[in-house]
Amino acid sequence: MSAAAAEKPVLLEVTDLHVNVQDKPVLKGLNLVVRAGEVHAIMGPNGSGKSTLSKVIAGHPDYEIVSGRIRFEINFQMRDLLELEPDQRAKEGVFLAFQYPIEVPGVSNRSFLRTSYNAICKHQGTEALSDAAFDQYLKSKMALVEMDEKFLDRGVNVGFSGGEKKRNEILQMAVLSPRLALLDETDSGLDIDALRIVANGVNKLKSRHNAIVMVTHYQRLLDYITPDFVHVLADGKIVETGDNSLALKLEEKGYDWLL
Amino acid sequence: MSGLPINTGYKYGFVSDIETESVGKGLNEDVIRLISSKKNEPSWMLDYRLKAFRHWQSMSSPEWADLRYPPIDFQDISYYSAPKNKGEGPKSLDELDPELLKTFERLGIPLSEQKRISGVAVDAVFDSVSVGTTHQEELKKYGVVFCSISEALHTHADLVKKYLGSVVPHTDNYFAALNAAVFTDGSFVHVPKGVRCPIDLSTYFRINASETGQFERTLIIAEEDSFVNYLEGCTAPQRDENQLHAAVVELVALDRAEIKYSTVQNWYMGDREGRGGIYNFVTKRGVCKGKASKISWTQIETGSAITWKYPSCVLLGDDSQGAFYSVALTHDFMQADTGTKMIHIGKNTKSTIISKGISAGKSSNSYRGQVKIMASAQNARNYSQCDSMLVGRECSANTYPYLEIKNPTATLEHEATTSRISEDQLFYLQSRGLDKEAAISILVNGFCKDVFKQLPLEFSVEAVKLIEMKLENSVG
Repeated sequence: MSAAAAEKPVLLEVTDLHVNVQDKPVLKGLNLVVRAGEVHAIMGPNGSGKSTLSKVIAGHPDYEIVSGRIRFEINFQMRDLLELEPDQRAKEGVFLAFQYPIEVPGVSNRSFLRTSYNAICKHQGTEALSDAAFDQYLKSKMALVEMDEKFLDRGVNVGFSGGEKKRNEILQMAVLSPRLALLDETDSGLDIDALRIVANGVNKLKSRHNAIVMVTHYQRLLDYITPDFVHVLADGKIVETGDNSLALKLEEKGYDWLL
Repeated sequence: MSGLPINTGYKYGFVSDIETESVGKGLNEDVIRLISSKKNEPSWMLDYRLKAFRHWQSMSSPEWADLRYPPIDFQDISYYSAPKNKGEGPKSLDELDPELLKTFERLGIPLSEQKRISGVAVDAVFDSVSVGTTHQEELKKYGVVFCSISEALHTHADLVKKYLGSVVPHTDNYFAALNAAVFTDGSFVHVPKGVRCPIDLSTYFRINASETGQFERTLIIAEEDSFVNYLEGCTAPQRDENQLHAAVVELVALDRAEIKYSTVQNWYMGDREGRGGIYNFVTKRGVCKGKASKISWTQIETGSAITWKYPSCVLLGDDSQGAFYSVALTHDFMQADTGTKMIHIGKNTKSTIISKGISAGKSSNSYRGQVKIMASAQNARNYSQCDSMLVGRECSANTYPYLEIKNPTATLEHEATTSRISEDQLFYLQSRGLDKEAAISILVNGFCKDVFKQLPLEFSVEAVKLIEMKLENSVG
């Protein structure tokens, strides 16, 4: 890691994290440091705990934190994220793009996005946008993910194809502009065009103030979004960290040589 | 749910200290004669009551519903309770007992001239009697009659005589027979030919006295080419005993007339251990008597320990339309068995049923609906959609659709779904910055949207708030 990189402020710090799901250990001493402006890819074989990590950071209630800590920078201080409810984490700038986005029948995508955006604005002390101003703002974000306006008046994710759901997740990310975006298998179920669109969207949202952690099974997403770090998660721990070349090596050799 | 403070979330559970006049407990012909004489009724009314009472004695309580409750002791109920009139009785609403005015104000229904809600006329029924009706003068200008049914028995006897019992006969069912025998008050509406009622009409029912039943009777008649929007609300104090509410509502729509009837039912539902609460056994039925007439029932059922209620439409006139839109919420130990009947008799008749049941806690919530297409009903159409949402794992939801089709030209569509508010859904919404309450409210609102949009705006806002408040404690 270069000296310049080290000066960037730390956004997320996961220390010796042990997590159980239904009494079964899934994460067994995981460490991770993410700084502003960085893109991290977390790869690993099935069942290694990749998705668990992103859900635990976002605050899913099904996971039992056995020990360790997760700290997140809030107002220039590292704060214990585990003490916050999922909605509070979101308000502080944590975003999880779901592997399987949930359907919310009867609630239009537009009103959901507006409610969500305004809840976060309120917390951060900025004015809520008027409906008209929000629509304008939304339009600019829809262009990023090449989404048609017809999606706005449909129920959230209801009747969306797999690819549309994933795009809708990135639209939400664009609207909420989080400081830490966790992308959980965002590439799965996407055809090559949709993958390109989603990746373009993510690339446009990258800045020196935010960080992206991508959980992925395949290297192909990394062809579009170049990570600064690639971590290999196996049996609940990060067993190898490198740059993008590690991903290429994994593509070629598989995971076996690390296990 | 454990660990939360015990809170029924019921803010209407207070008791008003009002001097009342009531008859002792028990039911026999003398009690019926007494009620009738208190109301100074014509003799045909008393005869009708006695006929109903005799018939009721030959009947037994219905047992087909998905409801569990101990047998009701009808001799342990008082059948009449009314605020005592001082002297001559109030000449205007402003002269009402201040305690009564205060009670309705606390319920959000100001009655006095200065404070009353504009745009809605209110008939306020307290225990067994109507204590006053607002906006009567204004309505008179349009020829609309809106008063208590006791008053109508004197001022519009011919109409009452013609229509009372014409939609729900005294022989209809056990609770309707009981109501016909002992009903005390309720609202009467008559909208003359060609008149669109200029303001919404509403009745607010309040049970206050203990060990008393409420048996109201409502009759709405819409003449040719008329329109009326009618709203109904109900609350009761928090008590450990169960109280019986057995009402009958009859609607009559003549040629091209339209009646929209909406209810927000929030009777006391009992405490979190299932003690107390209102037993709500109600018969509501409308007849689309005239050609191209329309009746719609919209109900938001959020209260009562037991709800047994099937607002129905008899589609007699050709091209007539009936609709039933319902949200029924049960939580803790509440039980609801509710739905509708659509009886198609006329040609080209159309009915729509949209039912949304939400069950939480240990409650049970059933939809029971019948669609009957008679041989005469050429080209009848029905659309039914019955959705259930479960909150938690100890509640139950059932759907019992009954179809009877005697005409092959009928078109029927039926959709039904059951879903559960899952932790995943809540987490998804929370991870977008919405707190748990907001997340639940978004899910429930989305689920009930098709029904809420049938309500007048202020009612719909009220209904949403009511359901949010009740569910807040129920999602663990």
